[in-house]
Amino acid sequence: MGDNRDNMVLTEAVYYILLSLWQPLHGYGIMQNVMALSEGRVNLAAGTLYGAINTMLEKGLIRSVESDESSRKKEYLITQYGKDAIRNELERLKELIKNGENIIGGLEE
Amino acid sequence: MKHTAYKLFWAWEFEKEEKWLNEMSAKGFQLVAVGPFRYVFDDTIKGEYEYRLELLDNFPSSSKSVDYIRFLEETGVEHVGSMLRWAYFRKKASEGKFELYSDIDSKIKYYKRFILLFLGISPLMIVNVINSFIAYSNYKLSINLIFGLLSLAIAGLIARGIFEINQKIQQLKKEKLIRE
Repeated sequence: MGDNRDNMVLTEAVYYILLSLWQPLHGYGIMQNVMALSEGRVNLAAGTLYGAINTMLEKGLIRSVESDESSRKKEYLITQYGKDAIRNELERLKELIKNGENIIGGLEE
Repeated sequence: MKHTAYKLFWAWEFEKEEKWLNEMSAKGFQLVAVGPFRYVFDDTIKGEYEYRLELLDNFPSSSKSVDYIRFLEETGVEHVGSMLRWAYFRKKASEGKFELYSDIDSKIKYYKRFILLFLGISPLMIVNVINSFIAYSNYKLSINLIFGLLSLAIAGLIARGIFEINQKIQQLKKEKLIRE
């Protein structure tokens, strides 16, 4: 599991879903949050989101939370494993940016 | 006013069917119900809804599909109706672009559902063809011949369906090599 965790490259959708779930949200809330975070660039389709949520639940990146009886909507929250995955991804992205800036920044001089 | 149209689309022509439904919507005819080869439209504002159809993983009445359809409904999607495993969805065009799958991975996964469906029914067709021709050679009844030829034709269509969907999958896999 450890190796798997270290090498996991998240898709853009999974990355933004995990970030959104630092607070409990239901499906539509995730879509709106991702849209807002990306300033309208990432428009998650409902079927894609549904599939991603189920896979992420299976892998233990997120969990569903009990919401009050009045609302039928299921809410989800990031797990510790999910937080670890995000931190690893952030490190990876930093490396990508650093290398990109080093090379392109140098060329533009 | 309601209008009923009858039209036949093969299973792999779902994109053509979807396009037709959206063209009808643009003309002011909104799909409100579906039946076998049957489409019921209602007169409304032109382009009020965007339509998508989906081959569900399970039959619409199964708990998994009910869960999925409820999830879609929570995002502002309306479930117009279902035919076997096909579900017809729509969303108000004013609420923005309506897609069910937005990345390559989920599109590939979706197309693979078709291959599984086609592969699932093809043994039945092959058995039908063989049985009918054996029966025909034994009894020389033209009903056996007709049934055999019909099954053969359906088997051919299934093979074509697998071929067409597989081409879409290969195209997406090529895309996936360079982007998400």
